[in-house]
Parts: sequence; structure tokens; C-alpha cells
Amino acid sequence: MSIAIAVGLLTAAAVYLFMQRGMIRVVLGFVLISHAANLMLFASGNTAFRGVSYIGSGDPSEQADPLPQAFVLTAIVIAFSISMFMVTLAITTTTDDDTEDVEASPARLLAADRGDTDDAGYYGLTTESGDIVVDHGEDETGDAWPEKASGVENSEPAAPSAATPDAEAPEAAAETREGETR
Amino acid sequence: MIQTLPALLPLLVAVPLLLGAVGVAVRKKRIIRHVLSLGTLIAMFGFAIVLVIATSDGSILAHQVGLWDQGIAIPFVVDSLSALVLMVMIVLAIASVLFAMATHEARARFFHPFVLILMAGVSGALMTGDIFNLFVFIEVMLLPSYGLLAMMGAKLGAHGARIYVSVNLLASTLLLVGIALVYATAGTVNLAELHGAAKDDPAVALAGGVVLTAISIKAAVVPVHGWLTRTYPMTSPAVTALFSGIHTKVAIYAIYRIYSLLFDGDERFLWVALVITSVTMLVGVLGAVGEKTTRSILVFHMISQIGYILIGVGLFTMLGLTAAIFYLLHHMIVKASLFLSTGAIEETYGTGEIDKLGGMLKREPLIAVTFMVAALSLAGLPPFSGFVAKFAIIQATLAESHYAVAAVAVVVSIFTLLSMLKIWTGVFMGAEPDDLQERALTYQQRMHGKRYLRVEAQAETPTLTVGPPTATTSAVLAGKQAVKVPLKLIMPGILLACITLFFGLGAELLMGWSATAAENLLNPMDYVRAVNGA
Repeated sequence: MSIAIAVGLLTAAAVYLFMQRGMIRVVLGFVLISHAANLMLFASGNTAFRGVSYIGSGDPSEQADPLPQAFVLTAIVIAFSISMFMVTLAITTTTDDDTEDVEASPARLLAADRGDTDDAGYYGLTTESGDIVVDHGEDETGDAWPEKASGVENSEPAAPSAATPDAEAPEAAAETREGETR
Repeated sequence: MIQTLPALLPLLVAVPLLLGAVGVAVRKKRIIRHVLSLGTLIAMFGFAIVLVIATSDGSILAHQVGLWDQGIAIPFVVDSLSALVLMVMIVLAIASVLFAMATHEARARFFHPFVLILMAGVSGALMTGDIFNLFVFIEVMLLPSYGLLAMMGAKLGAHGARIYVSVNLLASTLLLVGIALVYATAGTVNLAELHGAAKDDPAVALAGGVVLTAISIKAAVVPVHGWLTRTYPMTSPAVTALFSGIHTKVAIYAIYRIYSLLFDGDERFLWVALVITSVTMLVGVLGAVGEKTTRSILVFHMISQIGYILIGVGLFTMLGLTAAIFYLLHHMIVKASLFLSTGAIEETYGTGEIDKLGGMLKREPLIAVTFMVAALSLAGLPPFSGFVAKFAIIQATLAESHYAVAAVAVVVSIFTLLSMLKIWTGVFMGAEPDDLQERALTYQQRMHGKRYLRVEAQAETPTLTVGPPTATTSAVLAGKQAVKVPLKLIMPGILLACITLFFGLGAELLMGWSATAAENLLNPMDYVRAVNGA
């Protein structure tokens, strides 16, 4: 009975969180609903048996069913890894999360906290133009650029980007240095 | 050979998984990653052909992984259906990887490892004889897919990736709940032991219904198709082609397998499948009417074709299943061919919007022919495989006297043809837009220059400011040559278009194989015996 109530409450809370706009809340909703699913898996093995399920550790009729426990372990790992990925998605852009304000977006604030003016998020990654403005580093093939021989790791930080400002976020490129003074 | 063959089945999962990990470790040598990935896929293809031939007489290969006792071990089972689907999926993966290599997407460090891990998950999901293990392998497939989507989606951004991840995670959680219910009601998750359980016990049938619902979300049947049409058109063409042939189709395979074993083809629920498939066919084809880019039209057609493929579940007769399996194999090839041929245009000219393209018949005759072959095949005209597939499906539906469903199938075919004509007239016929060349230049500069940059395209000439110009751009700017789709981009689409022609002309052979697969689905006792006897 208590498991049934717990599953119901967790699911209700998860559904409420799914209805929210921000990604972080949706991720929290998924954390809750995977708990609900795990509890159901436990319940499927009948929780009345509480014995340790080792061979030779007592009466087999009292031992717990090991299979649902194995299921739950697997499901926890999978849900955890995907939650991590979703949390990453929540902070990779300066738009379309909980806030429409680029200034207050997680990506911008994180980059500013680190004083990392070379962070792509600092200049504003919008999902509309698909442009990523960075000044140096490696492209995704592993080649260093611009104009560096491949194999050289990126070394000294370059000057702030001189890219043309975005139409959607003109303030993004305008304040290239402010992060260091915060 | 035939005795040792089942013991080799786990290699199909283990080898790509390990080599994927090796691929991540190879950082600087791009060529090694290319060779590794293609080599693995070709080796898998060879193995899949061996499996198809070994199972073509109706025999079923089963192996208890780890040699545990039957009932404790997770069995890997390959029958004609899984071998055929696996073979076609590997062909698609090879074509998509070739395309991605041509567009330079495959240069990304994680592209090849992701594809290999994806294929490991596909092999596992198609072979496993255990529902929980199916869930695990579906997750193994999904995780690299998330990576590919997030990596390739310049247009998609995080927004589309979020929809994709959220919906799939929700469906996975629902699948988990369904598995818990199956275990609670039937006491096992081993498919062979579950044989017919849902037919005898309404509680198991309900639990099985939850599992099938979750898998249907992954298969994108109407009304749970919205996530697919909103994410697939936004990623890169190569990834769309790869996903179109893999994710939804593995889910469809699972629906067939579970309905055959767990429900034993129970006739009481068939009408549900027929209603859902009819609605899916209609909504998919009507949704395509309002779309403006080649890829979003094709994605909506994917939905309607999924309806066609699932008619087989609603009939569950020898004729219906044979036709549906043939249709599944044909559809995977044709759809990917269409995605790749229109994708080649998109990757060269920088847009897939029908209004912004035109006159490609003169400019790119090879692509035009490739598109035409695949499009006519999709619409179901002879002599291509689509005609054989549709004819067989409609015949099977009439044999069961479901006249309404047959009528829907015919009407949807006509609409499909109209939609293909819309792409044809918009992209290949008509006048060439004035800014075609300019747009192509801008796009290529952005994609193949050393950095992503914003190019100010003025009315007369595009100003290319930063980054080393590619050979094409400098040649075009000097006025020496026009932008052309490179041959290496066209080849994967041509390859698949040739296969659909071959499927159409050599339909006898493939129909025979599909009939064997249908036989196995209709008589799941063979499956059970193979698992228990192994």
C-alpha cells in the first residue's frame, strides 16, 4: 500500500514538473518519475520477502527476489546518465531555458563566474542562427585553429572575439570583457 | 559451422561496442576512425548475410549468453525476421556514414564511435530474447543518438535535442513500468517463457499493452508522432537518414516480435491495430501537405509509411505478415535513399526549402533520376519494390475483407504521389532562383571554411571575409564554374536507389525470405523450442 501511494505521489509530482517550462524542472520531473518506475519494479518482485538472496543464507522461501533488484540497478544507471545529459542541455545555450533574458541564462552566468571570456556560452549561443563564435581552440575534428599546425594544443588565450554581433543578441558581443570584472 | 554460429551472436554486440571505444581513443588520426568504422560495418554486413542465409530455411539460431542455464541466461535469438532487418539496417548505416564522410560531418571525433555504439545497440535489440534486455539495448541505441543529434544540429540546437531526449526518456520510463507489470503478472521477462501468456491472462495482456504503448511512442504512430516530425527535419541529412532507418524500425520490429510471442497473435485486439494504422497513414500523409522543406515532407511520409508497415500486425495472417515484412525492408531503403538524395542538394545549396530551389533537373540530372526512382518506389509504382510491397499489403487486407483499410491505403498512395510531385516540381523543375549560387557559396563557406562565421550576403556578391576559401568557392568567385553537387555526395543515394530497383525486379527472392519470417512469427512455438533446446 505504501509503495502504491509513493508511486502515485511521485508520478503526480513528475507530471506537474513536466508541465513547467524550464529544462531543469523537466529534468527533476524525470528524476521523480524514474523513482516511481523503480519502486514499481521493486513491487513487482513482492516486497514481503526480505531475506538476503544468497544461496545458503537461510530459508529460500523468505529470500527476496533478486531479479527486480538487478533491474532497478540497471534502470538507475541509465536514468542517471540521461539526466546528466539533459542537465547539460539545460546550460548549453543562452536562450530558451527558464529565462528569455540572455543575461540571466545559466550558460552566461557560468561563463561569467569562471571569468572565462573564451567560453562559447559567454558570447551567446543562440539556437536560431546556428552560429558559434569562438576565437581559438580546437574544432571538433581535433585540429587546432586558426592557422596552427595540427597536434599543437591550444596555448595562450587570444584576444576577445571580433565577430559581428548577432541580430538576436546585440549585447552578446558588446560586452566582451565584463566577465572578468564581475 | 551451423553449430558454432549461434555462439558467435554476442560478437555482433561486443565488437562494435569495443571498437567504438577504441575510436574515441584515436584522437588525431581521422583516417583510422574512418577505416575502423567502415571496416566494422562491412564485417557486420558480412555476418548479417551469413545469418540471413542460415535462417532462410526457417531455422532459428539461439544462444544462451554466458552459457547459463535456460531461464536464467539472457538468450540471443536470430530468426529470419531479425536477420533480414539487421542486414538492411547495416546497409543503411554504411550509406549514411559514407554520406557523412562526404559532408565532413564524420570528421568529428565522436561521430564514428557513436555510430558504432548505435549499431551495437541495434544488433542487441534485434537479437535479444528478453524484454528487459530489449529495454537496455534500446537505451544503448538512444544514448549515442542523443550525442549525434546534439552534435550535428546546427539548426536543431538544444531545443530539438530537448524534445527528442524528453520524449524518448518518457517512453523508456513507460516501457520500464510495463516490464515491471509483466514481471509482476507473469513472473518472467523471458520472451520464450512468456509465449501466449497474454492470451490466457487478461492481467498480462494489460501489462503487455503498456509495453506495446511505450514501444509505439518510439515507433511514432499517430497520435504520438509529434516528436519525430519536430526533431528529424532539423538535424543533418546524414543523421536523419540513419535515424529514419533505425530507431522507429527497431520499435516496429519489437512490436511484431512481442505481439507474436506474448500475445500469440491474439485476434481479439487486432482491430485496435487496424484503427491505429489507418489513422497513422492518413495523418502522416495529410501532415506533409503543409510542409515547405523537402525533409519535413519526407519525415511526414515516414509516419504514414509506418502505418502501412503496421497493417501486418492488424492482420496477423500469413499473407499480411509477409507483405508487411517486405514493406518494412523496402521502406527502410527507399526512405533513406530519398533523405540522402535530397540531402545532397541541401548540403550543397544550403537549403531544403522548396521555394528557394528549382531547376535542379538541368543542373543535377543524376540526383533527379535518383530521386525519381526512389519517389516512385515510395508512392508504389511498378517496376520498383514499392509497387510489389503495396500491392501485397492491399491484397492481404482485401483477403481479410477489411475494405475500409484497403481504401485508406489506396487513397494515401495517391496523396503520396502528389506529395512527391510537389517536391519534384518545386526542386527539380521550374526556373532556377537568382540567388541559388550565392546561397550555396555562403553555406559552403560556413560549413567548410575553417570556422563557422557569419557571411554578409549582399544583393550582388557574397562577401567572404574570414577563413580560407575552399577550392569550389574560389573557382566560383572567379566565374570559372558553377556550384555542383560532388559525386561522392550522390553515390550513397544512388546505391540505395539501385537496391530498391533490385528489390522490385528480384521480388521473388525477398518475398520468399519475408514469407519465412512471417512463418516464424505465426508459429512462435519454433522460437520457444529453439530457445529451450539451445
